[in-house]
Amino acid sequence: MSELNANFHGNYEGGFIDLSARKRIESLLDNGSMRELLTPFDRLTSPWLEKQGIVPQFDDGVVIARGKLDNKAVVVAAIEGGFQGGSLGEVGGAKIAGLLELAIEENRKGNPTAAVLMLETGGVRLQEANLGLAAIAEIQSAIVELRQYQPVIAVVTGPVGCFGGMSITAGLCSYLIITREGRLGLNGPQVIEQEAGVEEYDSRDRGLIWGLTGGTQRFASGLVDAFVDDDVSALSTSVRDCLGQGVPALHRSDDISAPLTRLQQFDTREQIDAQRARQALTEGKTA
Amino acid sequence: METLQFTRPAQAARIQPALVGYVGSGDLEVMVEPLQGSQAEIHIQTSTPGSEIRWRQVIEQIEARIALPAMRMDIHDFAATPGVIRLRIEQAIELASAMEAQA
Repeated sequence: MSELNANFHGNYEGGFIDLSARKRIESLLDNGSMRELLTPFDRLTSPWLEKQGIVPQFDDGVVIARGKLDNKAVVVAAIEGGFQGGSLGEVGGAKIAGLLELAIEENRKGNPTAAVLMLETGGVRLQEANLGLAAIAEIQSAIVELRQYQPVIAVVTGPVGCFGGMSITAGLCSYLIITREGRLGLNGPQVIEQEAGVEEYDSRDRGLIWGLTGGTQRFASGLVDAFVDDDVSALSTSVRDCLGQGVPALHRSDDISAPLTRLQQFDTREQIDAQRARQALTEGKTA
Repeated sequence: METLQFTRPAQAARIQPALVGYVGSGDLEVMVEPLQGSQAEIHIQTSTPGSEIRWRQVIEQIEARIALPAMRMDIHDFAATPGVIRLRIEQAIELASAMEAQA
């Protein structure tokens, strides 16, 4: 099982985006500390995809593990964006929810355990709609409980980005780290185009899409905490920094009255662009 | 989606579980686990219908190059080309066999 955990010599260099979900976890954790839970050899595939004629994957596109970061206990989950668009179904969703509940259990027992979530996902897997939604709800309530004890750190590097219900999940985390290539948004570009019309939102206009939902914009708008290069060591440093900061005094998701007011005052009659969106989200903000 | 199964003669060998690849566009995942006896059981789920002859040919090409170890091999294929398929299968067998040396 060398690809799973045995042969890591701490020699990852270069880009993070090109790594598989499993290697992303391995590259982050302290050398040799990764222990994958419910590995592909447990054969926990989606029971629903096959019924719909879709080839499953042995880990259902989600890798979960325990390990150490600077010798501190953590749990880490990574979604494989290349498998079914990183969509979350029953099995993959339950793996993440169960992992977070395990961390909560450890904290209750007096063993501080933080969490890192690497989110490359379009959100709910449409083929497993209700079960995926239920799993995401479980993940979210677990994050809200766990973040009282220890930081829950979300990482969105691309290439998929983080959309749908999982963008709300990212918003609930104690800290959110993004790259220039990463994107964060409730609805994906094609969904918005379909609903609002191509004149308003052209999903093929990459400048527009990244301008509004890309990492640079999300960082400038104060919706994420750290902006890093697509680089294994930069990302690793950033995650360790967040971990070192401990539980934030005020979680972003508990601090919504000011942003809500700003959104309510926003004039939607005019087409929005990146500059106006940034202004609307940061106006009058002190921090 | 199509499900295929091949049973091929193989030689008893001490191998370890191995997994390579993923189920993304034009790629496949290949899992190898040890199996008692002298057979290689290959279970395939592929998104490409009508590909049984092609799979048989790829397996025969691999057999011409390397001796298959006794194993259960599971493949989840997402429209990979024969070249990629062969690469992944050989990579999986290599990884599974390489571990014997390390152990």
